[in-house]
Amino acid sequence: MTAARWRPCGDAAALAEVPDLAAAQRLLAAVEAARERGELPGVLDIVPAARTLLLRCTDAAALEHAAAHVAALPLDDPAAGATTPGVPPGGEPVRIPVVYDGEDLAEVARLLDVDAAEVVRRHTGTRWQVAFTGFAPGFGYLVAASGEAGPGSLAVPRRREPRTRVPAGAVGLAAEFTGVYPRASPGGWQLVGRTGTPVWRPDAEPPALLAPGVLVRFEEAR
Amino acid sequence: MSGSALVVEEPGPLTLVQDLGRPGHAHLGVPASGALDPDALRLANRLVGNPEHLAGLEVLLGGLALRAHGAVTVALAGAPAMLHVEHRDARHAGPGVAVAVPDGGLVRVDAPARGLRTWLAVRGGVATSSLLGSRSTDVLSGLGRALRNGDELPVGPAPLHPVPAVGQAPQALAVVDLPVLRVVAGPRADWFAPVALRALAGPWAVTSSSDRVGLRLRGPDLVRAPDGVRELPSEGVVAGALQVPADGQPVLFLADHPVTGGYPVIATVVRADLRLAAQAAPGTYLRLRVVTGPRLP
Repeated sequence: MTAARWRPCGDAAALAEVPDLAAAQRLLAAVEAARERGELPGVLDIVPAARTLLLRCTDAAALEHAAAHVAALPLDDPAAGATTPGVPPGGEPVRIPVVYDGEDLAEVARLLDVDAAEVVRRHTGTRWQVAFTGFAPGFGYLVAASGEAGPGSLAVPRRREPRTRVPAGAVGLAAEFTGVYPRASPGGWQLVGRTGTPVWRPDAEPPALLAPGVLVRFEEAR
Repeated sequence: MSGSALVVEEPGPLTLVQDLGRPGHAHLGVPASGALDPDALRLANRLVGNPEHLAGLEVLLGGLALRAHGAVTVALAGAPAMLHVEHRDARHAGPGVAVAVPDGGLVRVDAPARGLRTWLAVRGGVATSSLLGSRSTDVLSGLGRALRNGDELPVGPAPLHPVPAVGQAPQALAVVDLPVLRVVAGPRADWFAPVALRALAGPWAVTSSSDRVGLRLRGPDLVRAPDGVRELPSEGVVAGALQVPADGQPVLFLADHPVTGGYPVIATVVRADLRLAAQAAPGTYLRLRVVTGPRLP
């Protein structure tokens, strides 16, 4: 049984809330698999986030059926490591070259009490995985792939004062996440570098490079 | 008729190509978008014999003029507005009827006397290019853009169905004084003081900084429960969500809403009542009424 707390979002959608990101990822994997098996008719959107999964359905009856079904799904054993939704285990990571000259690189190093080269070493040495998207089309929230002892933490708070404009391709850090800004926008993440790899192309299939489940390696470009 | 087109001579304040949207991409950060009153677009399509899902034009406050290249048939639904066809002998028609426009005729859509948005369907549908399975303009994601002078909108091939022989189709009225929108409490009603849930009744003033992303409402302060400052990790939100930032004044999300948000949602408008929000003009008022939600585990 999934120990989710259900919260209604109007008459045809609901959030399933779980204690942490790992549980949310396991729930997502179970729900995606159930949908693949055709067990969730009438589900229009499945939106993962840090502690929740949103199910948006065609109508109230479809939601009530889907929620009851999901509540009865068995979850993978967390001790066995989370599955990687949407990606076969061992799938090749997407490689993203980054020029590490971000305006906040020195501040990030100071916050972590290391030097800038160590920040780059940790960022390029971590195998990342897209946990969920949001904020803007194609903006993936990447976390260290589960079950791995990474090269060290990069957890830093957001900037106290968000920037009114962050350029497209900026690579940032916030809490346990890293991400790439798909297009110029306001933003509060600590910027460590930039990439020329487009992460959002609405005329491409798939349009988002960093969809939930995708594995990522950042590589230093000079 | 294949090969027809509508050429924009005056776009009006804001005219957008809209169909029934692009559900299924929320996990990539893309909202469903689509006509703010899907039933009105469906009706306009039926009036010209189209399948209901074809793209039409969502016209905000009229001011639209389109030149027909080739003969076309058009119809309006939504906020009641006059449609004029200027050709040799002028014809006038309101919403709810199909109007034949000869080659070279000019179609004008006036501002509605009340309400905001009118949908124009053309027989064959507006056949602009599709992104992620939809022709809808999404102002948040930057998919598509508002119509401009000189834009040429291709019209799709005529459907198999003839134009139905109706004099005038009745419409459920979406433009009403002081509309009451039904809401389901949650998903984060428990973040708010009981007084805030009672205050949802309003009345709420619709402010001028409202658009397809959301209606910014002004009214009673929706105060949070007094158990300290909490931080909400971002979570999925739906159209209809009443998200409450720190200032206590809610935003009612519409079709082009961000798919996740980090402010608590006190209640969510039921889908059937979002059409009322689509017609709620700045300076008018609305009320909210809490109803029972779905049965959940």
